[in-house]
Amino acid sequence: MSTPSSFQFLPNGSSLPWAGIPEFPAADLVQATAAELGRGARLCAWFGVPEPPGARLAAVIAFDADNTLAVARSAPFSGSYPSLTATHPQAHLFEREVWEQHGLQPEGHPWLKPVRRGTGQAPASGEFFRVDGREIHEVAVGPVHAGIIEPGHFRFQCNGEEVLHLEIALGYQHRGLEEALAGGPHPATLSQAEAIAGDTTIGHATCHAMILEALAGAEAPLRAQWLRALALELERLANHTGDLGALAGDVAFLPTAAACGKIRGDFLNLTALICGNRFGRGLVHPGGCRHDLEPARAAALLEKLRPALRDVEEAIAWLWDASSVRSRFEDTGTVFTEQAGAVGLVGVAGRASGLVRDVRFDHPAGWHRFAQIPVAVWPGGDVFARAKVRCLEIQRSGAYLEEQLAAPPEEGIRAGLEPAAPGTLAVALVEGWRGEICHAALTDGAGRFRRYKISDPSFHNWTGLALALRGQAISDFPLCNKSFNLSYCGFDL
Amino acid sequence: MFAIDTIFHRLQRGCQTMRYPDGPAPALPDRHGGGLRVDSAKCLPGCSDCVPVCPTRAITRPGKGRLKLDLGNCIFCAACVEACPAKAITQTGDHRLAARRREDLQLGPPGAEQVRLAAALDGKLLRLFGRSLRLRQVSAGGCNACEADTNVLGTIGWDLGRFGIQFVASPRHADGLLITGPVSRNMELALRKTYEAVPDPKLVIALGACAIAGGPFSGLPPVHHGASGLVPVDLFIPGCPPHPLTILDGLLRMLGKLEGKAGA
Repeated sequence: MSTPSSFQFLPNGSSLPWAGIPEFPAADLVQATAAELGRGARLCAWFGVPEPPGARLAAVIAFDADNTLAVARSAPFSGSYPSLTATHPQAHLFEREVWEQHGLQPEGHPWLKPVRRGTGQAPASGEFFRVDGREIHEVAVGPVHAGIIEPGHFRFQCNGEEVLHLEIALGYQHRGLEEALAGGPHPATLSQAEAIAGDTTIGHATCHAMILEALAGAEAPLRAQWLRALALELERLANHTGDLGALAGDVAFLPTAAACGKIRGDFLNLTALICGNRFGRGLVHPGGCRHDLEPARAAALLEKLRPALRDVEEAIAWLWDASSVRSRFEDTGTVFTEQAGAVGLVGVAGRASGLVRDVRFDHPAGWHRFAQIPVAVWPGGDVFARAKVRCLEIQRSGAYLEEQLAAPPEEGIRAGLEPAAPGTLAVALVEGWRGEICHAALTDGAGRFRRYKISDPSFHNWTGLALALRGQAISDFPLCNKSFNLSYCGFDL
Repeated sequence: MFAIDTIFHRLQRGCQTMRYPDGPAPALPDRHGGGLRVDSAKCLPGCSDCVPVCPTRAITRPGKGRLKLDLGNCIFCAACVEACPAKAITQTGDHRLAARRREDLQLGPPGAEQVRLAAALDGKLLRLFGRSLRLRQVSAGGCNACEADTNVLGTIGWDLGRFGIQFVASPRHADGLLITGPVSRNMELALRKTYEAVPDPKLVIALGACAIAGGPFSGLPPVHHGASGLVPVDLFIPGCPPHPLTILDGLLRMLGKLEGKAGA
């Protein structure tokens, strides 16, 4: 950032008048964005804003080392523009999405096809990348899978056991959430934000609340910010514990699988202790939190948290102790640091490939401005590294909770919120348990949502899973898939 | 030495499966609230304060008629409970919510203040499935929370297998479907095909507000209003998501396994 940027800077969880955001012809926006990405920025969101007869492009990028975000936009246009993906692959799904939603065509995009809808009745009906040859066979899996999991379609090109290429077709969970949020907030908006990805209720609800607070020029009371930070770590603990158990299960190491399944529930029950719902439904409200964590309740929470942390520590120790587990985890599904950076991995998957990025640390908002958590990084890029990062984060989230529970801020959990400012763009990032959640909202002249863009971490990371499978035995797919554990609904919206 | 350590740890932990339903049901969290009760006779004349606060439009008061609450589409946020000046809508604290018929989830009229709980399957179906029920799960446009709390039933605390209930990998091996999500249009074909692949006779369970009536996604163009418009549903389990105890209660109730039990 030593050189002047053509973007407008803004901190996480803040807003800007839309009219004041730098505007370029589309080709120049692509060029400016490419220049910033070349200087180490990261693409958080790239989306269209309808402006009949065409649309504008908007870019949200992050300068992690400088702890700032930046935005820019194009002039309205229709037709085509030079693709950003051609030089920066991390834009590839964003450009496909913009093409699908607004018809703006990225010239030079290497694989332009719909992201969610497909060309026929279902997402898997479109064209797939194919490898030809007499020894090559194709394996198609899904949308309905063997376990109790979400629907998605996986198309493998295989030479014997070896996967040459995996293409992932999603969209089965598409509910039209961005379209539903437009014109809002509606009475259903908060519950829809909570259900973008149900296992990330706190993450998405917090991000949504930050958007409305930024648009109103207000902040939630400190105690509410504190409680959101606690709930976010409980969500992380529950999901990471569940993931480690599932990874153990996939390599047939049942002691840890059995124990973690139970302990995951113990963590979910701690969230339920705060708000009644195991997934944190109804806890976060724009302007604060709906429930308080009174001293007696906080003491009860801490009393139950400690044995759960002890149990999970022990269950993970069995896992690392077993050489049979280590040999299955090591060098399986490797994503190299350069690849991870190029496709823009975030969260656990990014940190397990050696990328030091964590919104809580790089772009602190809310309570994280006062109390940070060290970033957990492991450089290997394989299943082992993704398990290890989760394990480190469990330790650090646990320590953070114990520390923060001991020092609650003053009373006051919920404040009224002014109406949203008209003609304003707000951007909010939250480090959910999978990684970076980004919400960007633009209001119309009356302060209603004109455009609401949601980027779940899974949107960045599914490509990482496809890369992890390259040259891998197809029988390792479940293990690799579990090590990413990405959201289908968070992607499908 | 890890093998011996592992066995030692395992013995140390003992049996972690709950005694329910032979023992009492585990307590719900105090802020959970359980089911809802609607005493429409208590409604103030002309008041409809609860109607606009409902995020899923599950509450209606047509004209000057009686208040109606569709527990099937309810996400249990309790905004109506807070909004009601006459305490006509109250929380029951009861985890039992499952019903066999859609109309049994409509609350409001006299005699229908609360959910009419599911009855057990009749003779032949009960004989077929009562001791062994294999289910295929189809996730169709929800948020994955219902799936997560269904998976919980397979953990050691709940141990669904002890009731002869198991989730299987193929519809061909299944006795029925457990559907979550409002059924997105993109999943419609896959759901129909999966349903057809299950041999007769078969059961369908709609789990969660979405699968029953659309839940938070009611009325959005890319989704249906739940599973019952596409396939016949035999059991409705409300919630957003339902607590694992509510899901288990529904399954056991349908299989007649709660009769005479302490946790019934």
